Amino acid sequence: MWRQTKTIAWFTALEASRGRLLRLMAATLLAAFLLSEIAAAAAVTESNAIRLAFLAATLRVAAVFLIASFIAGSIAREQADKGSEMVLSLPLPRYVYYLGKLAGFAVIAVVIVVLYAAMVALHSPFMQTLLWASSLLCELLIIVALTLLCSFTFAQVPVVLSAVAAFYLLSRTMEAIRLMSRGPLVDTTEPSSRLIAGIVDGIAYVLPDIGSFTPTDWLIYHSGGIGELAGIAAQTVIYIALLGAAGLFDLYRRNF
Amino acid sequence: MGARERSIAAVPISALALLPAALAAQLYWHHRLPPPSAAATGLAAPPPQPVLEVAAAGDPTSFAKVLMLRLQAFDNQPGISIPFRALDYGRVIAWLSAILRLDERASYPLLAAARLYGEVSDPARQRLMLEFVREEFLKDPNRRWPWMAHAVFVARHRLHDMPLALRYADALAAHVTDPGVPPWVTQMNIFVRVDMGETEAAKVLLGGLLESGRITDPAEQRFLMRRLQELEDSRGK
Repeated sequence: MWRQTKTIAWFTALEASRGRLLRLMAATLLAAFLLSEIAAAAAVTESNAIRLAFLAATLRVAAVFLIASFIAGSIAREQADKGSEMVLSLPLPRYVYYLGKLAGFAVIAVVIVVLYAAMVALHSPFMQTLLWASSLLCELLIIVALTLLCSFTFAQVPVVLSAVAAFYLLSRTMEAIRLMSRGPLVDTTEPSSRLIAGIVDGIAYVLPDIGSFTPTDWLIYHSGGIGELAGIAAQTVIYIALLGAAGLFDLYRRNF
Repeated sequence: MGARERSIAAVPISALALLPAALAAQLYWHHRLPPPSAAATGLAAPPPQPVLEVAAAGDPTSFAKVLMLRLQAFDNQPGISIPFRALDYGRVIAWLSAILRLDERASYPLLAAARLYGEVSDPARQRLMLEFVREEFLKDPNRRWPWMAHAVFVARHRLHDMPLALRYADALAAHVTDPGVPPWVTQMNIFVRVDMGETEAAKVLLGGLLESGRITDPAEQRFLMRRLQELEDSRGK
């Protein structure tokens, strides 16, 4: 089964190299480089910090967008071409197909991270860049698993991308939303306020703590450490298991 | 069950078991995380103007509005409330100035400067804000006079600094030229002078104003004549 999983992963990754994803990666790198250089040139002081902040923020968003749109497009195309039906008609457990896809897209995520981190490493210490890149990879792996789940569930690319974008934004801002639900402007004696705060807390429980992933502080203030990365890695493993289980549940119940 | 769905029995036990196990792990993981803590973030200096121009993506007016709301809401960060007095006013002014450069016709930054940040109970910060209003007023007096008039009010009634109020009122009289602007705006310097006891100077200004023919409303002419008469009477005593 491992060999079949590898084969599916290999062909999934091959699709990226034959498509325009690499050129798109290069274009985003160039755009992020130009934007960060303009920002650094205009800065009166802390020019390297401003360069890194623009570079890291742009590349992080670009990486999430690239991997999500590639997966959504790839799965939609495969379903339209009946490619997935052909693979699933072979004597192959569905989990092999799922894991193969997951592994193939994860390889693409690794390529994106390596390429982007190489650019960041030009302006930041190697160890901090390595920590930042590892955290970005964890973030992308969650996005890979989520987009795969949404692609099997919703099928249509705009719906998949909207769902992923909503999930990502909500996850990144959840801590601030939780604080605001109990902030000084909220009357906590009101039952409605307590209900809303409870709902917000409930949503936070089932979302990954992506807000703590890939902080730019690590690059600028060199404050990253193995301890933080270990927590991020643990959250990634747990959440990929959850998304993977949901994806498999959906895939096994589907009639092609 | 829809035609495109199989029974749950079609899902292997291992996949079925993984789902609640992973969900339980996620709930446990989230539970052991420390609760979010509110920490006040200091107001950072605005990025250089060219960066803001690029970030505006060709729509500086909309971007200026967003920045203004962000600045205004800075005192209410998630989970914490920061008094205006605790803000770095140098940076607040830098942001207001940058927003005005993005959208020169906006009045919101000047309104915020005069009526929001300019009304804190800290004279030093109030003066900083009033000076900002004066500098920006001089760049477009016929549009920005309301905020300068408010600065006169703050200097006169909040700071009780009559020379400062007079300086601002004089700036209004000297720079506002649009005939559509209400006449009281350019007459403020006269009344500030009266309050300061400079009745002679006020009388000269008032007489000059009446002589200039700029006052066309009969009721206003009568009011000003009466005021001039009062000044002359007070001088006679």
